[in-house]
Amino acid sequence: MIVTATALPAGGRVAASFKDAVIAAVVALAIAGPMMGLQTVTDIGGLSIVQRWPLVFAAVAVVFVGRLLLNIFVWKTSTPVTGLFKGLKLAPSKSLNLGRYLGPALIVIAVLLPTFSGRYVVDLGTLVLTYIMLGWGLSIVVGLAGLLDLGYVAFYAVGAYSYALFAHYFGFSFWICLPLAGILAAFWGIVLGFPVLRLRGDYLAIVTLAFGEIIRVVLLNWADFTGGPNGISGIPRPSFFGLEFKRGAGGFADFFGLDFSSDHRVIFLYYVILAMALLTCAIIMRLRRLPVGRAWEALREDEIACRSLGINTVSTKLTAFALGAMFGGFAGAFFATRQGFISPESFVFMESAIILAIVVLGGLGSQIGVVIAATVMIGGFEVFREMAEYRMLVFGLAMVLIMIWRPRGLISTRTPSIFLKARKTIGAENISQGHG
Amino acid sequence: MEYFLQQLINGITLGSIYGLIAIGYTMVYGIVGMINFAHGDIFMVGSFLALIVFLSVLALGVSSIPLILVIVLIAAMVLASVYGWAIERIAYRPLRGSFRLAPLITAIGMSIVLQNFVQLVQGARVKPLPPQITGGFKLMEHDGFTVNLSYVQIIIVLTTVVLMIIFSLLIAKTPLGRAQRSCEQDAKMAALLGINVDRTISTTFVIGAALAAVAGVMYLLYYGVIDFYIGFVAGVKAFTAAVLGGIGSLPGAMLGGLLIGLIETFWSAYFSIEYKDVAAFSILAIVLIFLPSGLLGRPEVEKV
Repeated sequence: MIVTATALPAGGRVAASFKDAVIAAVVALAIAGPMMGLQTVTDIGGLSIVQRWPLVFAAVAVVFVGRLLLNIFVWKTSTPVTGLFKGLKLAPSKSLNLGRYLGPALIVIAVLLPTFSGRYVVDLGTLVLTYIMLGWGLSIVVGLAGLLDLGYVAFYAVGAYSYALFAHYFGFSFWICLPLAGILAAFWGIVLGFPVLRLRGDYLAIVTLAFGEIIRVVLLNWADFTGGPNGISGIPRPSFFGLEFKRGAGGFADFFGLDFSSDHRVIFLYYVILAMALLTCAIIMRLRRLPVGRAWEALREDEIACRSLGINTVSTKLTAFALGAMFGGFAGAFFATRQGFISPESFVFMESAIILAIVVLGGLGSQIGVVIAATVMIGGFEVFREMAEYRMLVFGLAMVLIMIWRPRGLISTRTPSIFLKARKTIGAENISQGHG
Repeated sequence: MEYFLQQLINGITLGSIYGLIAIGYTMVYGIVGMINFAHGDIFMVGSFLALIVFLSVLALGVSSIPLILVIVLIAAMVLASVYGWAIERIAYRPLRGSFRLAPLITAIGMSIVLQNFVQLVQGARVKPLPPQITGGFKLMEHDGFTVNLSYVQIIIVLTTVVLMIIFSLLIAKTPLGRAQRSCEQDAKMAALLGINVDRTISTTFVIGAALAAVAGVMYLLYYGVIDFYIGFVAGVKAFTAAVLGGIGSLPGAMLGGLLIGLIETFWSAYFSIEYKDVAAFSILAIVLIFLPSGLLGRPEVEKV
């Protein structure tokens, strides 16, 4: 996909576009032909083949026409149609204000959300906020410290399971377990962070992926303790300062003289996660201004320079892992109490990939970017709920396309947390971070 | 002893499959410096293509099993190569020279796309194929325990060895192999000296995909059951093999594959089958931490 506009004469342009589209169609035929055209179906007496050629024809036609139109109007022309959108792009100076005004506006909307929307939207909001919190937690590790972690779901699992197990074996309540879950997850963050201190980039990614899988496999097979594939059910719900959300005397509705409604708990859970997420955001924003936060960002930009300036990379990396894991643990405990049931099924690699995608698509190190990416992806996910089988396919394609469109994420500018005279945003083209 | 020998045979067979996949990882990592996360799924696609071609050829009335197998192997290799080529073209080439996380994310995205595409068009249920090549040699019989070397195992190991020799020669002797090695060392310099770097990288993906497809065919013949999710775990294990052998090294990938196959088989045989993935993943972590350059790899030089 070469985006440079070549100055071909009009006739040659169309011919070249046509040729390119034909090649694309042939490739599409090779890909779609056998896979879509010949479906293997389990029959009595073994597998058999069902032919579906119209489907292949449709797929090839879509590729051909799409490619042809894109070629003629966008890629192989000196006046691409997308040029019309150029004026809409945010100038770097504007995106600084974006965070300043959009952030408080979003908070106001989030706080008022349950007052003007139904239960479904509040439930969806809870889900989105959980992912926003996970995204912020992971953005400490990936976005600030530049350590690529593909096993973040492990800490989410540690948080969820520590609450579920404490509640199951000792009968602890949610509010006691929440800090415990965070501490345990942070502990695991350090335990898993220690061995990988020397690794960087893709190697770090694959080892963290392995750790995530190990924790999941252990949870799956240690059936005596964790319930194995059956998971843990009957996890207690949180109470409002000791008031349970239940019907009858002594419940939340009874105490405040309201009519009992199951919506109370949904709304309460929404505010719990909103408060947790905002707290996470506030802590991260404070941390970025502290020496440890600046050390993280320095580490991301250049590890060797960091070491030669006397920054202790070991403790810097470990604090990043521990704090990132801690927020994952909090979110996990919340997830457990919201669902009331957890099993290893919820902590597969795909979750890590989704959280990482949120962080990277949002733009590394951008708080507001995580919010936008989480809302778009998880919200978009819900829009496709009707077509459940197409959902992940569209999700994967969106991941690829957004990444190609904006390799540095939606919010690609960077605001330094420390500056000499005036705060300036740095455009994506000036950031040459490559070690990851 | 008999039990041990049997496990050794099984382990070598499994290791050959891992080795074939690992070559794709090692070549791509060597030349572009990225983990082609979708490579495990190319393997899965390869085995599905093999199943489809097998059933189609059977339905067309060809009945000679060896002929069918040759057709299946070639068709799966060619079609999977198209997948490999297209993925590189769509998801990786536009991001070449971009920062390092970007292609990793698109690779994960591509992996999701491939898995769900196959699930969507072929169904989520497992596809069982009855064993097509039966029989084998009885090597030993002792106390009622026989050590079997089946024909399938012989075919798998032989195919792997032959392909290994062909591709080693390809890399060592041909202009294509020279171009590939030069791009691996310094892509910019290679481009200055007139090597078409884009084409070389595309070829690398095509070769890797073709070998993964062979592994897919072998997997289908050996286990007889495939589904859309086999690519993920096999991919991570093959990547482990590539790292264990030393990334960028072809014999290393094969050696690593064999070791991972043997370790996994013996772990399942003597300790616990539930934790066999833990064994493979732990080895990955241990190797990367203590021996980052692998068994046969070159140590990475840290440049300032």
